[in-house]
Amino acid sequence: MSQLLTLLFGRLPIGWLQLSHSRGRFFAAVAGVAFANLLVFMQLGIMGALNGSTVAPYALLRADIILSSEDGNTLTDAGHIPRARMFQALGVPGVAAATPLFIGNLPFTLPDGSSVSLQSFGMDVAQPGFAATEIAAALARLSLENTALLDEATRGMPPDVIADLTAGTPFTFETGGNTLTAIGTMQVGGGFMADGMMVMSDQTFLRAFPNRSSGAPNHILIRTDDGVSVEAVIARLQAALPAGNLRVQSLVGAAEADQTYMSVERPTGIIFGFGVFMGILVGLVIVYQVLSTDVADHLREYATFKAMGYGQPFFLGIVFEEAIILALFGFIPGFLVSLGLYAGLVNVTGLPVAMDASRAILVFLGTLAACTLSGAIATRRLANADPADLF
Amino acid sequence: MIEDAAIEVQGLNHFFGSGEARKQAIFDIDLSVVRGSLTILMGPSGSGKTTLLTLIGCLREVQQGSVRVLGHELYGSDEATLVGLRRRLGFIFQAHNLHESLTAAQNVLMGLQVHGGVNAAKGRRAAHHILDLLGLADRRDYLPGNLSGGQKQRVAVARALVSNPEIVLADEPTAALDKASGHTVVEMLKALGQTRGTTTVMVTHDPRILEMADRVITLEDGRIVADSAG
Repeated sequence: MSQLLTLLFGRLPIGWLQLSHSRGRFFAAVAGVAFANLLVFMQLGIMGALNGSTVAPYALLRADIILSSEDGNTLTDAGHIPRARMFQALGVPGVAAATPLFIGNLPFTLPDGSSVSLQSFGMDVAQPGFAATEIAAALARLSLENTALLDEATRGMPPDVIADLTAGTPFTFETGGNTLTAIGTMQVGGGFMADGMMVMSDQTFLRAFPNRSSGAPNHILIRTDDGVSVEAVIARLQAALPAGNLRVQSLVGAAEADQTYMSVERPTGIIFGFGVFMGILVGLVIVYQVLSTDVADHLREYATFKAMGYGQPFFLGIVFEEAIILALFGFIPGFLVSLGLYAGLVNVTGLPVAMDASRAILVFLGTLAACTLSGAIATRRLANADPADLF
Repeated sequence: MIEDAAIEVQGLNHFFGSGEARKQAIFDIDLSVVRGSLTILMGPSGSGKTTLLTLIGCLREVQQGSVRVLGHELYGSDEATLVGLRRRLGFIFQAHNLHESLTAAQNVLMGLQVHGGVNAAKGRRAAHHILDLLGLADRRDYLPGNLSGGQKQRVAVARALVSNPEIVLADEPTAALDKASGHTVVEMLKALGQTRGTTTVMVTHDPRILEMADRVITLEDGRIVADSAG
């Protein structure tokens, strides 16, 4: 390692030699940076799962524009919108088709007596063009009364139920005082609001939710004519539809807005964001403490080097060398332990907690920046190294 | 101005502290040290010899008077000039000040690397050579923590001399050494003066080496009270 760093820096790797000389302190520092990395990775992982699970239901839809009530917050946490807006929208140039979308939560009692919650979509089965390819083919079969497609990734769902459904055996169950029959599956997964999803016809939905009215869906999905600008149609819809309590967005824009809402406005997003900040702060403090102690312990040696004619860039180089080494050595175990914890979290919660390259790179660069910042602060102590005091 | 003087000091005064606590440590010193000579500074504690050494070594700011080192006036010089000059000097500290996480050879190498662009293999050979001359051939790869006080001092001497400095400033360099080792170090400094023109200014109380000096200067209360050939 020393020889490699000597080749790299073109000088003795004093930072590395200092760190590796005090092994106890070095391991403590590496453990501290690794722990800070772990904190940040876990917070980002859960935040990513929050964002991922928020937008996951969008994967079931195929539309260009979505009309929603301004009362709502996200796709699944939505208010109601008059169905009349759908007919009005159909009269706007560039709108090819429109359909209502009903959304509600249904409780589902598992065979072991425990209960899970299923986010249920009620869709017009006569318009499979609004459904994602994965479920479009099965949509026609949902015209049968009280049938549904069940999310095979539902948290807590017995594997044998899913196995039977995948093999073509319908599964009948009680939910909210109604009997539904699952006739197929799709895969979305649980989130923070529900344990899984269910897709049914709008008619079945209205039977399952007797308090809901066909005249007040949660959203209206719109497909535009081929070759027409979605933004232009949105502008026309905003001009044509009555103002007030109506949000007109592209489907992509709605998904992005949902993510922003969950990360910035919901307490959960803020809490996880704060967790990331705390992780960075912990890392900063640990690295600063180690580096500043290290500088203080070597003041006489640094003063000697000053007397010999070494300039400030040399000393800054040593401290930054130490900072980079700590960042690198702390990141690797932090990353590996996080991978293990992610796998455990997925296993236990079913949340889409996954490591991707961009997050790993981002955290590494953040670790590097935090360690360098700590190093920069620690170098203030170098001013105390006065070579005149050596004699 | 004296021809071939490595160090010239004129009308030098130096103070510590400020206001009522201001105390003068050096009083109107004039001194010229010939290139290649071995000069010993003696005097009781607090006589100003260490302050004089640090002023010549570009480690303190010259407040009043003139100090010329290797032809450069230190009074009013900027930091870059002082740092550049310090690279042409060799320092031997009483307390060794070796870097605890570097081996003996690596500590010596630091004396070379300050000049930049040193070939690694050549640098290593030079460090090993001078350690061998000082009787530390079998201690090259030892950390300072595993060396005796005398061995540490010899490593510090090697570090100061490895880059062939034009002036060596030494503070009690033989205090931790036995008679033979101390003699070797001073002989080496004398030889460097004769062969390469290296000038040595040494603070010492060691009577064993007084006779080897070209000149002995005694200070008391910040003034030169005696100046004689050794």
